[in-house]
Amino acid sequence: MIIYILRRLGATLIVMGLVGLMVFVLLHLAPGDPAAVIAGDNATPEQIAQLRQMLGLDDPLPVQFLRWMGDVVQGDLGVSIYSNEPVAQLIMQRMEATVSLAIATLAFAVPIAIAFGVIAAHRAGTTVDRILMLFSVMGFSLPAFVLGYMLSWLFAIEWKLLPVQGFTPISEGIWPWARNLILPSVTLGMTYTALIARITRTSMLEVLSEDFIRTARAKGVAVPRILVKHALRNAGVPIATVIGIGIALLIGGVVVTETVFNIPGVGRLVVDAIARRDYPVIQGVILVFSGIYVFVNLATDLSYTLIDPRIRY
Amino acid sequence: MTKPVLSVRDLTTSFRPDIYSPWTPVVRNIGFDVAAGETLAIVGESGSGKSVTSLSVMRLLPPRGSRIEGEIRLAGRDLLALPEQEMRKVRGGDIAMIFQEPMTSLNPMMTVGEQIAEAIRGHLSIGSAEARQETIRLFEKVRLPNAKERYDVYPHKLSGGQRQRVMIAMALATRPKLLIADEPTTALDVTIQGQILDLVKELQEETGMAVLFITHDMGVVAEVADRTLVMLRGDVVEDGPTAEIFGNGRHPYTRALLAAVPRLGSMAGRALPSTFGLIDTATGSRGAEREAAPPVADKPAVLEVKNLTTRFAVRSGLFSKVTGAVHAVENVSFSLQPGETLSLVGESGCGKSTTGRTILRLTKPFSGTVLVNGQEVGATDREALKSARRAVQMVFQDPFASLNPRIPIGASIAEPFLEQKLGGKAEARDKTAALMHRVGLLPTMMSRLPHEFSGGQRQRICIARALMLDPKVIIADEAVSALDVSIKAQVCNLLMELQESLGLAYLFISHDMAVVERVSHRVAVMYLGEIVEIGPRSAVFEAPQHSYTKKLMAAVPVPDPSRRRMRRNTEVEEIKSPFRIPGFVPPKSVYKEVSKDHFVQVRC
Amino acid sequence: MTNAAQLAPPVRAGIPRFLRRHPTMIAGGTVLAAIALAALLAPFFAGDPATMMPSERLQSPSARYWLGTDHLGRDVFARVVHGARVSLAVGIVVAVSSIAIGVVIGMIAGYFRKADPVIMRVMDALMAIPAILLAIALVAVMRASVGVVMLAIVIPEIPRVVRLVRSVVLSVREAPYVEAAQVGGTRLPVILVRHILPSTVPPLIVQATYICASAIIVESTLSFLGAGVPPETPTWGSMIAQSRMYLPRAPWTVFAPGFALALVVLSVNMLGDGLRDLLDPRMSRRM
Repeated sequence: MIIYILRRLGATLIVMGLVGLMVFVLLHLAPGDPAAVIAGDNATPEQIAQLRQMLGLDDPLPVQFLRWMGDVVQGDLGVSIYSNEPVAQLIMQRMEATVSLAIATLAFAVPIAIAFGVIAAHRAGTTVDRILMLFSVMGFSLPAFVLGYMLSWLFAIEWKLLPVQGFTPISEGIWPWARNLILPSVTLGMTYTALIARITRTSMLEVLSEDFIRTARAKGVAVPRILVKHALRNAGVPIATVIGIGIALLIGGVVVTETVFNIPGVGRLVVDAIARRDYPVIQGVILVFSGIYVFVNLATDLSYTLIDPRIRY
Repeated sequence: MTKPVLSVRDLTTSFRPDIYSPWTPVVRNIGFDVAAGETLAIVGESGSGKSVTSLSVMRLLPPRGSRIEGEIRLAGRDLLALPEQEMRKVRGGDIAMIFQEPMTSLNPMMTVGEQIAEAIRGHLSIGSAEARQETIRLFEKVRLPNAKERYDVYPHKLSGGQRQRVMIAMALATRPKLLIADEPTTALDVTIQGQILDLVKELQEETGMAVLFITHDMGVVAEVADRTLVMLRGDVVEDGPTAEIFGNGRHPYTRALLAAVPRLGSMAGRALPSTFGLIDTATGSRGAEREAAPPVADKPAVLEVKNLTTRFAVRSGLFSKVTGAVHAVENVSFSLQPGETLSLVGESGCGKSTTGRTILRLTKPFSGTVLVNGQEVGATDREALKSARRAVQMVFQDPFASLNPRIPIGASIAEPFLEQKLGGKAEARDKTAALMHRVGLLPTMMSRLPHEFSGGQRQRICIARALMLDPKVIIADEAVSALDVSIKAQVCNLLMELQESLGLAYLFISHDMAVVERVSHRVAVMYLGEIVEIGPRSAVFEAPQHSYTKKLMAAVPVPDPSRRRMRRNTEVEEIKSPFRIPGFVPPKSVYKEVSKDHFVQVRC
Repeated sequence: MTNAAQLAPPVRAGIPRFLRRHPTMIAGGTVLAAIALAALLAPFFAGDPATMMPSERLQSPSARYWLGTDHLGRDVFARVVHGARVSLAVGIVVAVSSIAIGVVIGMIAGYFRKADPVIMRVMDALMAIPAILLAIALVAVMRASVGVVMLAIVIPEIPRVVRLVRSVVLSVREAPYVEAAQVGGTRLPVILVRHILPSTVPPLIVQATYICASAIIVESTLSFLGAGVPPETPTWGSMIAQSRMYLPRAPWTVFAPGFALALVVLSVNMLGDGLRDLLDPRMSRRM
């Protein structure tokens, strides 16, 4: 088990190294001189030359890459061109809002999705199943910003039930914090819920056709117990996998949702950075998000051993 | 006669794929009774409706896609009229069921103890500690070794035979009035099969339950059934006491079915293989058995295998170190003459299939040599491999998977010929047509896709494809094992006819001792990767020397009801694993010649 | 045996039955065809999307302006119809090109054991970068144009295709009919193209529709975030971004492109679900 974790960690580091390389190459793909891009349109040639030296752009590319990676490993993600603050610090400041949003989303999306998937699979082919699956395909098809504006128009502008936008830190009270999160997390969670509900349904359908389900029925086990105790646990590994991979959807969704609801999170940080061509911030956020994704999926992999007794590393 | 436990009248079960399609009956108007303490066997080939019948009794068919009509009475109570809630109490309470696939019939996420305790507690109101006690008692009853420790074990830690014991324990948990056993031994190795059949018999005598036994295997029927019901495409064609069915079946289908069943020992006293004398199901007339020709002795061997060894490394740990190996094939040697059939027999995991695959280098050998027509097939020489693959062809077990589903069968058959550039398109076409005719198919079927053919026809197509390169040797890897009895006999007959007319040699890989006895000139028995005994078929079958060969022979069920009271010893034994740690040196052994060409392995 | 059922030609049962059995697919396909036709013929009937009528700003939907006007007095209907052109073009081009690239890489990874770990690590890394961020960064670095946007959407889609193709290849390469071809002396390229590639087609057709749907969403998201195609081209994402301030006063300016977007994506997804049920009932779990 420990050996397996070490091996997976090793593989994860390789993947993160490759991510770093790609992000680095990406920035250097920029046509022309990165220093000129960074310095902005009004810079003088002297300023650009100075910047080149400061950024170490005169060194060979591999040297630059290794130096940059070395800094990243030590937690130094560089300095924002716009505000001159360290990128790591900027990200940390914005983390609370983003993490709040993600946790609120996960807390309602996963249970609802699994319940929907189990019910749809149990009643496969019936009207209940069709309605749930139509709901799911619609959830899949509504981009977060379209859904977000629909919800905020209906609940905030027309009915005035919830705030239109903004974020309140949890230190100012649970309810103000939660009130602001309801619409964004429904917006963010819709696609995710749809995805997990679909995979739960297909994976349950597959398990429900297995021989051991017939055995359970042949020994007179009641239907709810068959669904939960026998089927759902067996369907667990693919569901866990999608919960993990779906984190990518959440991360992409965070960027959009924070823009729609004007939440000062990491997503907003990167959108603003794009408008300002603040490359170090873009780079830093991509690295942090990729890291989160990779480690969530490592955790998912390790969770398989809790779900399935046959998986022992 | 006492009142039957189960009484079925006018049972018709129909299916439809969706609500737009009409109902298609798969079981029509069948009726039967099973009394306490009695065993009724329902026997039939695939598509006969025998399993559907048993699932209808349990009402386990999907409610939306199926319709059950007629009357099913359990001790007088009409099961079809019961609400689902009541039926649930019947399932596992009054009727218990065991299934064909012990490997997949247990929930992999629950310990076997939990699964049995669940069955007990679903029907009796007792506490969990008591249920645990009862479960352990049941484990002892089905003779599961180390019953106490087994409670907390997950199914994947158990072998197929052990899992089937767990299934039986589960079925017995609530002392059912009726046990339905749906092909309970089909997926098991023959020595394990014997143990399970004996166990069911013994428990039935003890509890007096009625048993409904579903099977396709006439040997098993003869061994377990008091009465037998023969089904054909959804209809009952004949039923009666087992001895009568076997002794003088009235319906031509029954007799055809029995004639197609190879019987172990039926070849005693004959030196050469012999075709099956098949009965025409329409007329009832019996074809003649024909003796095959002896192999050509005065020519050099077409295939020689010397000290062949195949191992699969098992890796684990941080740096994937080799921590052991599965010794699938260990120091195997034999040779094959033109026109000869050598059978490799043994139980699952004995290495017989790996031997065949290694000869054609579908699997890499660890050491040893393979000579085809005297020329070595090596790792480096691609031309040698190509010409070896021209001389040696293979027919696989699964006729459904061995044809590309998207390619017309004519193109599949012609492919090796065209790929090896043995001729042009027109020649390939002519040859394909000739070979299709030869294996009993119409050449006009050439443009059809595989799914339009039955299993037996597909296996004929595969044989035609193998013949396309005019091979000298065909490796038949369980080539008839997946086929129904009557089809199996026909394909065996075809293989023997082709052998005679084309002078083919066969390496016939099979676990089915009775078929092997029919078709082989010589037999090699494999156990844990090694050949433990090899010799002329008559010598090995009539005077087996190695203890494993003897055990294997004794375990084969014989389709003769008069021998059914014979009991095997009740030992609980498992097939051993061929996994070895690194640095393991296989023990030295020599082969002793006990009679002419009959060798037995002796450890020194 | 499942093979036989799966391969039985579905259409033979008759067209009416086919329509009855696959209502979602038919609905999706029809709506999509209508929208595609409208997009193609947009210049001939929809009016000019760029004409500004400052005197007629933020007009609600009427007989003159079916979907009202936006804050610059532009005809929302004309803009929505023209916006379909970018969305559909991006969807189709991205689906076709990511599958073309993914098939080649996936076949290599699936068949050649030595290349496999290297390719898969790179794919893992690509999967780890959130698709939208990667696309945003690419567009930001390379300056916006329709081509760059397409490329930026294709790159993150490739790993999904590679994984799908690889898993099919891995399961098919052990199939007895592939071994039979090997034993018969069939050469490697022939085995790959004739015996293995066709098995990837049904799941890839289904995957193509899902990629198309997701590409349309990503394109509109990029436009919405201001990292999409140049702003002078009308796209649904940029329409929403420009109009969002006016949501309380003129909700149609946001909802018209929003509904158009949702409708197209929904149609594509419904078409995909129908194709999945039709072509490959068991693939649903691979998603």
